[in-house]
Amino acid sequence: MVNKEGRQGLTLISPTLLYALLMLAAPLAMVVTFSFWTQDYLEVNTTLTLNNYREAWSQPLYRVLIARSLSISLIVTFVTVILAFPIAYYLSFKVTRRKSLWLFLITVPFWTSYLLRVFLWKVILGYNGVLNTAFLELGFITEPLTFLLYNANAVVLTLAHAWAPFAILPIFVALEKIDRSLLEAAEDLGDGPLRRFFRITLPLAMPGVIAAILIVMIPTVGDFITPKLVGGTDGLMIANMIQIQFGKANNAPLGAALAVTSMVIVAAISIVIFLTGKRLGGRVK
Amino acid sequence: MSVKRNKPIIELNKVTKSFGTFQALKGVDATIFEGEFFSLLGPSGCGKTTLLRMIAGFEEATSGTIVIGGKLMTGIPANKRPTNMVFQSYAIFPHLSVGDNVGYGLKTRKLPKAEIAAEVEKALKMVDLGGFSDRAAHELSGGQRQRVALARALVMRPKVILLDEPLSALDKKLRDQMQVELRNLQRSIGITFILVTHDQEEALIMSDRIAVMFEGEIAQLASPEELYRHPVSHRVASFIGVMNFLKATTTVADDQEITLNIPSLGTVSVPASYMPAGMDADTVKTIGIRPEMLTILFDDADKSTCRVEGTVTSTMYYGDMTYYSVKLSDHDDDVTISMRNTAGRSIVPAGGLVQVGWGVESIVLFK
Ligand SMILES: Nc1ncnc2c1ncn2[C@@H]1O[C@H](COP(=O)(O)OP(=O)(O)OP(=O)(O)O)[C@@H](O)[C@H]1O
Ligand SMILES: [Mg+2]
Repeated sequence: MVNKEGRQGLTLISPTLLYALLMLAAPLAMVVTFSFWTQDYLEVNTTLTLNNYREAWSQPLYRVLIARSLSISLIVTFVTVILAFPIAYYLSFKVTRRKSLWLFLITVPFWTSYLLRVFLWKVILGYNGVLNTAFLELGFITEPLTFLLYNANAVVLTLAHAWAPFAILPIFVALEKIDRSLLEAAEDLGDGPLRRFFRITLPLAMPGVIAAILIVMIPTVGDFITPKLVGGTDGLMIANMIQIQFGKANNAPLGAALAVTSMVIVAAISIVIFLTGKRLGGRVK
Repeated sequence: MSVKRNKPIIELNKVTKSFGTFQALKGVDATIFEGEFFSLLGPSGCGKTTLLRMIAGFEEATSGTIVIGGKLMTGIPANKRPTNMVFQSYAIFPHLSVGDNVGYGLKTRKLPKAEIAAEVEKALKMVDLGGFSDRAAHELSGGQRQRVALARALVMRPKVILLDEPLSALDKKLRDQMQVELRNLQRSIGITFILVTHDQEEALIMSDRIAVMFEGEIAQLASPEELYRHPVSHRVASFIGVMNFLKATTTVADDQEITLNIPSLGTVSVPASYMPAGMDADTVKTIGIRPEMLTILFDDADKSTCRVEGTVTSTMYYGDMTYYSVKLSDHDDDVTISMRNTAGRSIVPAGGLVQVGWGVESIVLFK
């Protein structure tokens, strides 16, 4: 029996629930279902089969793309979080006045569209871009550098820049939550700044670090705009292939199988990271 | 005094502290002795925490010096000082077990694991938490957290343990119990304790000596009894318990005796020894008498005590005690008189005329 309060609660959340079901669960279910079907030229054969997965896992091209997506995303995550931590730390511990102004400034890049920001990097890194022109003018180089754009490095750089605020904010929040008297207590018990950082600050900031890692890693694995615009052929990722399968290649079931495959891999990695973080962070309530 | 005044452990010399233009401490001088239970008592904002944090090494003095165990502490950070602190919020590390919390400082000292475990268990036993080592920090009650914080300081065997209102987060019953336990523990291990509190009763119960602070200065530094019996100013007198003030003027004074005209009581002679240091007969403007030093005389009273007539203006019944407000004369505010409710004694209602008994010995002289 659902009591009155329970019914009220259900009524209240039902629009949201319905929306979530419609917009999240339904498409997901469809993708999963699709991945067991087969494309027969213009029609879809709805006999259930594992052929798509067989192809997705055995074709070297797909494996290369998935591996590259994962490695780019992990590098991006690593770089972003490593750079975000000192910024969040500085904001939380060293900035005493106008903290909110600083936070606000960090969100400024979001005021332009993601696409625009990616293009911006193209302008900076391109053959006739800002960087090359400047270096040429200054005489550091005699002809434009070509390794700047259209490769995996450019993808890493662009993604790390785009996702930095998403990494800074959760770490900042976790650091803000640390009771300052804990740090004083550690110092009082004989710890210098470095030991104190590794014994108190970092373990207590771990939930924020884990959140930052997941927030950056999960979407970057599936990013397709950045690799398409700045990645060249060496920088293409699995999402670009999925897009091709759903579009030009007209093989939605194979695209779906690739999507489900990368989703499962990302989920597995996320769980591992989450559990590791929990262990490292100790028994924080 | 039960405490042997052997060696000074902490010397504060003209310590001041400014936050911007605000002067939180205005030149504090004090010597704290080895094995002493010393309290800093004062109202909110008087600088107690600031002073304690300066001793701990979390704040640098603006001027003046702090010497601990004969060593000048200027420029020495908290992690190199022979003091340990029990924080008001307890500051129990939430990600560590009770045992790891208590052993935290020993691990920094790089003691072998087995030794740390033994020391931790010993410290936990000392605070009645034997066997709690593996508990998670968040499984503890408020009183237990307080004990863990204490054990964490004790295990370091510092020269001085600093406690910032350690009992203020506990409920009244637990607080009363912890006051006694803390004091007994301090007596038995002999480490110097410096306690910050704004609770005068707590300070009186626990301390060997108390420094009463107002607005960044020590107003009086004395034993609890001395403080209660001979407060040096109106302010100290009213902060520690209740004090009745009556107007007074000196009429005659010599080496032996001071004769005072107290409008509410009449002409009174007190021994010259009652005069506090640094005051002379001409400066006496008021006298003070504690509520329990005044009595409402009933029929059976000893006829020889000094007495004066008054009118009860209100009563407050506390069960074991009754507090009377009594008007003695138009010259002074009503005095408070506390009376124990002994068998067969009725309570005088408001408006009743009473005889108020008092004694010369209970008079304190003020400016
Ligand atoms: N970091 C600081 N910056 C500016 N002012 C401060 C700082 N720390 C303390 N003060 C001021 O110094 C004065 C003394 O503060 P302190 O914390 O020592 O008071 P306290 O006696 O411990 O009071 P309480 O009983 O309320 O804890 C207060 O007026 C406080 O506002
Ligand atoms: Mg305080």
